[in-house]
Amino acid sequence: MTDRNLLSGPEPEPARDAGHPEPSERVGFFTDTSVCIGCKACEVACKEWNAIPEDGMALSGMSYDNTQGLGASTWRHVAFIEQRVPAPEGRTELPLANSAAQAADAAPDQGDLRWLMSSDVCKHCTHAACLDVCPTGSLFRTEFGTVVVQEDICNGCGYCVPACPYGVIEQRPDDGRAFKCTLCYDRLGAGQEPACAKACPTESIQFGPLDELRERAALRVDQLHEQGVEEARLYGHDPADGVGGDGAFFLLLDRPEVYGLPPDPVVTTRDLPAMWKHAGTAALSLAGGIALAFALAGRTKGAR
Amino acid sequence: MTRTRKRRGEQLMVPRAEFTSYYGRPVIHAPSWAARDIAGYFFLGGLAGAGSVFAAGAQLGGRPRTATAMKVSSLAAVSLSAAALVHDLGRPGRFVNMLRVFKPTSPMSMGSWLLSGYGPAAGAAAVSAVTGRLPRTGAAATTAAALLGPAIAAYTAVLAADTAVPAWHGAHRELPYLFTASATAAASGMALIVAPTRENTPARLAAVLATAGESVATEAAERRLGMVAETWREGRAGTLLRSARALTLAGAATAALAGGRSRPAAVLGGLALLGGSVCTRFGVFAAGIASAQDPQYTVVPQREGE
Repeated sequence: MTDRNLLSGPEPEPARDAGHPEPSERVGFFTDTSVCIGCKACEVACKEWNAIPEDGMALSGMSYDNTQGLGASTWRHVAFIEQRVPAPEGRTELPLANSAAQAADAAPDQGDLRWLMSSDVCKHCTHAACLDVCPTGSLFRTEFGTVVVQEDICNGCGYCVPACPYGVIEQRPDDGRAFKCTLCYDRLGAGQEPACAKACPTESIQFGPLDELRERAALRVDQLHEQGVEEARLYGHDPADGVGGDGAFFLLLDRPEVYGLPPDPVVTTRDLPAMWKHAGTAALSLAGGIALAFALAGRTKGAR
Repeated sequence: MTRTRKRRGEQLMVPRAEFTSYYGRPVIHAPSWAARDIAGYFFLGGLAGAGSVFAAGAQLGGRPRTATAMKVSSLAAVSLSAAALVHDLGRPGRFVNMLRVFKPTSPMSMGSWLLSGYGPAAGAAAVSAVTGRLPRTGAAATTAAALLGPAIAAYTAVLAADTAVPAWHGAHRELPYLFTASATAAASGMALIVAPTRENTPARLAAVLATAGESVATEAAERRLGMVAETWREGRAGTLLRSARALTLAGAATAALAGGRSRPAAVLGGLALLGGSVCTRFGVFAAGIASAQDPQYTVVPQREGE
C-alpha cells in the first residue's frame, strides 16, 4: 500500500505499483505521424502476428481508410485525413500538389492539399480506466507497464468498453469478450519488438523504453519546429495529463480531434472517490427519506 | 486540467462552430449493453433496494401486509436483476468470475459483492415473511436487506458515471441522488399498489419526497452537464425523461391527494410512479448512448475544460 493517489496524476512506476517487485523498464510506442506514409503495414503485421479475425471488408467511402477505427479486431488503425491548408510562406509547393487531382480541382488557389496519416493504437495509459473498472481482474498491468486482457478470465461484461477515454477496447460480437492491443506481450517476453514497429518501413512507429522515447520525441518536435512545421505537437507524452501520460504517444500535425483522438482525456476513476462519496450520501438520504415518511405517518390505527 | 464549466447556455455556440472530428466518427466506444438488461437492472435494483427499506419500515411501524408484500417485491426484483445482468454478459457461463477479485476501483466488482450479500438477505426475508418460519432469521435478514438496499440503489449511478460516457460521467455528482430518488419513487409506487389503503400513508409521503428529490437532482444534473445536457433533452432520451417527469409528478399527485381514500387511485398512482422510474432509467441510459455516439460531446467539453 502507498499513501500516494494512484487513481490520477504522475506515477513513475505503474508496474511496481501494480505489484511487480522487479519490473522491467516501462516500454511503449512513439508514433511519429510526420513520417507515416499510410502503407498500413502495421495493420497487416498486427493482424497476422496476433491472428486477429477479419472484421469487415467493406469500403467506407472515407478517403483510403476502410478500417475506420480501433476495435476488438483492429489493434492498429491508420487514419487518413485530406486537408487543404494555406501554403506556408516561402515554401515551394510539394510535387503532390501539382498532381492530376490537384490540377483538376476547381479552386487550386485555396491552398495546398495535404494528407495526414497516423497509425493509432491502444495508449497503454499510466492510469488505465479499462483496467481500473474491470470487475474480474482480466485486465492487468504487465511487468513492462503495459495493459493486457487475459482472455481466459474475461467474462464479457463490457465495462472496459465505455470506460476507455480513447475508444480503443471493444467486445468482439461473435465472441463476447473484450480485445485490444497487447503491445505484443508475447514478443516482449522473448525480447522482440512488437510486430507493428517491426513492420513499419519509415520508423513512424518507434518502440522502446518510454523515457528514451519521450526524449527522442522532444528532439523530433524541436527539429520540426526549426524546419518551420509549427503545427507539430506531441500528444499523450505528458505524465501530468489526465491519464498520467500514455505508454503509446504521438507526434501529430494537427489538433488531436482531427485524428479522432480526444483533446484532453481524463481517466474516469480520477473522480471515483467523489462518486463513492456522493453515492454514500445518496444512499443515506434514501434511507433517511423513507424513515422520515414512516416517522411522519406514525403507526397505523388498528394495526397489531 | 480541471473540468470547470464557466461557459454555459448561449455562449456554448462559440466552441461548437470550431468543432472538428474524424469523419464524424465517435471518439469513444458506446457500451454494447442492451438497454433492456442494463437500464432494466438500474430500475429493478432500485426497486428492490428501496423496497427493502420500505419493508423494514413497514415491519417496525406495524404494517405487516405492506412489509410482506414489499419483501416479495424486492426478492422478485433482485432475482430479475441478476438474470438481466448474467444475460448481458458476453460469456454468461463465466459470471462467477465477477467474484474472483474484490476491487473498489471497479463499481461493477463492488456491485457484484453487494448483490451477493443483498440477494440472499432479501430472499431469506421474503421466504420467512411468507411462510412464517424462522421469524428471528427473517428479522435479521430484513435488517440486513434494509441496510444493503440503499447501497444497491445508489451504486448503479456510480456504475454508469465511472465511464468516459459524457452524459453519465459529467453528471457523476448528481446521478447517485437521481438514482436513489427514482428508486424511492419506484418502491413507493410498488407499496401503493400492494398495500391496503389504511397502510399506505408512508408510501404516499415517500412518493412526494422522491418526486421532489428527483426533479431537483435532474435539474442539477442538466445544469452541470452544460451543452451535453442536450443528450438528456433530445431524441429518445428526451422523450423518455419528459415522460418520466410527467408520470412521476402525476403518480405522486394522485397518490398524495386521493390514494389515502381510494384504492383505485392508489394503484393508479403507484403504476404511474413505477412507470416514471422505468422511464428515468431508460432515459438516462439512452442519453449516455447518444452522448457516446456523437463526437462533439466528447471533444467540446474537453476543449472547454482546457
